Amino acid sequence: MFRKNIGFKLTFGVVLTVLVAIALFAWFNIQSQSRSLLAEVERHASQLSEAVKADTESDMLRNDRERIHESIRRIGQQDSIDRIRILNKAGEIIYSSEAAEIGTMVDKNAEACYRCHSAGAPLEHLESQERTRVFQPLPDSPRLLGIINPIYNAPSCSSAPCHAHAEDQTVLGVLDVTIPLTDVDRNIRRSQMAAVILAVSVIVVLSLIVGLMVRWWIDRPVQELVTATRNVAGGNLGYRLTVKRDDELGALANSFNNMTDKLAQARLQLFQSDKLASLGRLAAGVAHEINNPLTAVLTYSSYMLKRSQGRPEAQKDLQVIVSETIRCREIVKNLLDFARQTVPKKRKADVNEIIGRAEKVIENQLALGRVKLVMELDPTLPKVTVDANQIQQVFINLMVNASDAIGEGEGTIKVTSSAVSLSPAGVLQIKTAVCRKRHELVDRKFEVNGKPAISMRFRKKERTGLIHLDPMYGSNEHLLDAMPPLEKGVELICPECSTSLISEEQDCPRCGAPIYAFEVPLKGLVQGCLREGCGWQHWEQVDSNWKHEFVEVRVADDGCGIPKTQLPHLFEPFATTKGPKGTGLGLAVTWGIVDNHNGTISVESEVGVGTTFTVRIPVES
Amino acid sequence: MTALRDILVIEDEPMVTQAVVMVCGEEGMTVTAVDSAAEALRYMQVSGFRLVLCDIMMQGMDGFQFLDELARNGIHTPVVMMTGYSTVENAVKSLAAGAVDYLPKPFTADELLTVIRRALRSSALLDAAESAGLEREGSMSYVPCPDHYLRLGCVSWALMEDEGTARIGVSDLFLKATEGIGQLELAEPGDDLVQGIPCAVATAPDGTSHGIMCPLTGKILEVNADVQAKPSLVEKDPYFKGWLYRVLPSDPENNLQWLKL
Repeated sequence: MFRKNIGFKLTFGVVLTVLVAIALFAWFNIQSQSRSLLAEVERHASQLSEAVKADTESDMLRNDRERIHESIRRIGQQDSIDRIRILNKAGEIIYSSEAAEIGTMVDKNAEACYRCHSAGAPLEHLESQERTRVFQPLPDSPRLLGIINPIYNAPSCSSAPCHAHAEDQTVLGVLDVTIPLTDVDRNIRRSQMAAVILAVSVIVVLSLIVGLMVRWWIDRPVQELVTATRNVAGGNLGYRLTVKRDDELGALANSFNNMTDKLAQARLQLFQSDKLASLGRLAAGVAHEINNPLTAVLTYSSYMLKRSQGRPEAQKDLQVIVSETIRCREIVKNLLDFARQTVPKKRKADVNEIIGRAEKVIENQLALGRVKLVMELDPTLPKVTVDANQIQQVFINLMVNASDAIGEGEGTIKVTSSAVSLSPAGVLQIKTAVCRKRHELVDRKFEVNGKPAISMRFRKKERTGLIHLDPMYGSNEHLLDAMPPLEKGVELICPECSTSLISEEQDCPRCGAPIYAFEVPLKGLVQGCLREGCGWQHWEQVDSNWKHEFVEVRVADDGCGIPKTQLPHLFEPFATTKGPKGTGLGLAVTWGIVDNHNGTISVESEVGVGTTFTVRIPVES
Repeated sequence: MTALRDILVIEDEPMVTQAVVMVCGEEGMTVTAVDSAAEALRYMQVSGFRLVLCDIMMQGMDGFQFLDELARNGIHTPVVMMTGYSTVENAVKSLAAGAVDYLPKPFTADELLTVIRRALRSSALLDAAESAGLEREGSMSYVPCPDHYLRLGCVSWALMEDEGTARIGVSDLFLKATEGIGQLELAEPGDDLVQGIPCAVATAPDGTSHGIMCPLTGKILEVNADVQAKPSLVEKDPYFKGWLYRVLPSDPENNLQWLKL
């Protein structure tokens, strides 16, 4: 589990790289350090060797062996010198700082002799660096550096009164000085230790820093995305990521939210159409099954009513049967109409009058429930073109719902009607839009909320892609996908001719960001801001001339209210808050009717306080 | 062949059959009821009927197949279609297939009787025309309707105009079957009309009201003011001065498949 973590992998990679780098650096560093230390020791040994040679030269010439012994012993006593010895050509140790070995023979293959005697004939000259050697006499003893200094024959030697050396000898013997490398080795070990400590501390600190950064910048957002994906996969399409970063992961989170939004919408639509399709089948079945028995009831009862003149008591009962059966007929017909979304039969009508008729229909029902009905109707209401029967059904449904919400107790239903002017936002659809070179921007291949979108292309260096703007003016539900925030360096262009669609004249008056601009042929320029949360949009010709009149009817109750979780599903078919009492069709039918009239219906509700439904019907549809 | 009976009811729902038989019987009509179209065809081989009341949705042969079968056998008995699945399509399709009228279930006794009487009258008119020696082509040739007029059954007509608009009105057979018009309730300019749904309601002198099925779907541009002022104009000159509305058809292609020249 831990190993599969992307943060761990990244941290591990970085630390491994740094470890290799430090190891290489330390290795080279120690190498060069030990080389220079050795060179120093070598130089020191060489000087010492020359000094010994010079010191003993005169004694040699005088052949004063005692003095030479004395000098060598004295010099050899120093701490920094392991031993000093002089060998003659035959390999016999003549002088040494260690008295025990004087007179012994040295093997020509011994480390001190090897350099010159490795080849068949002994060498007579050696380069200075070749005269030194580093060796370890016993596996656990400290390393030693030895330097040999050949003593050459000189005229003064052969002509000396002692006649010790023949004239034809080249090398008379060798001065061998060995120096312990204890200090050097200690220094190297110390450096190695320092390198290890450095490496360990760098790794610890680096892992911490990289780990934290990775965790903060990558791990956490990725984990959030993983959680979000799992949530969405599990069916929770309401899950949203909070986006607070402007990097690629932020863009990813944005795209993710966008995708989930679309998914949720698509699912809702699918759900709605699925429900509507099954409702249609159900309605057809119900219509056929119920209409036959209703035919028998209606035919018999209406015929009996026809024949019951003169018997007022029977007539009254029969009248009820006939009128109730006819009501059933209308209900079934409405069910069919709703399932088939028939065209409303519209004519000019007074909404107040329709409300009055609806009130009459449910009067009896309200009287039972001790519900007070308060009407505040605006007598100057303009007439609207509607199917009066359908709109009456809307008000009946809303008032019955209000009365049901109040339940057994006392309560008030307030019905208000008024004329309102609404801003063009969310009402007007942009059906055609062009760039400066008159290329059409409305693209039928892409839709925003089911309407052909306005497509543009963004470009930021190598990054490019299409965005789709909401064609409903003022609604601003654009599909911006992976587009970076509109700022300097980000271009917005026509997908066809690459002309810029960013306004050169002005920036967003609300947030100061660059704004887009395109033309609606014959209807002027549309400008808008794409910055998240800003939503500024301006359409001069429309904003200045817009007078969109609506008749607004509010039905408010002080009943039980609707829980927030149920509000989004309120207008779906078969969604009921009334349990077995409701069919789940009332508000779906209501919504369908209002929608058929190009109107809108909205709801505000608070549990325990009450619910208000607002229906708006356009005066000129 | 036995004497001509009034009505043959084809209905697979016994309760509906009983109700229809009872109402018609009480009104003095002779009624025969069968529960399938195949049986109805057998009956019609042996005895004549003035009118057939036929359900659309039935097991085996359905109402539309029954109409086809009648046409194939050259039987001109007028048929009124009934259905519990009362849709605009079913209404329009019935008239296009040759039914004289259409009765959506459930209906009241009055609605049933109005439709039956109207159908019987138009049947009688056709018979009279036949015996008067007029040639019979199809079932409705009596109607002296101009050539280029499109008709929805024998109820209403539409005349497509060059400007893309259309004029609609009532067939004379329908007017004769209702025995004249006392009052005429018309829609208003701007109203939407739907093919197969009544676009006007005529009230006959006897007080019965008759919905006139609209031949086209569209918006009303103009209502004939002369007819509004004087409904009897429709009776006098149903195809010219007596037009009802000038409309802007909204779905002519779909509508025209159900209309006949």
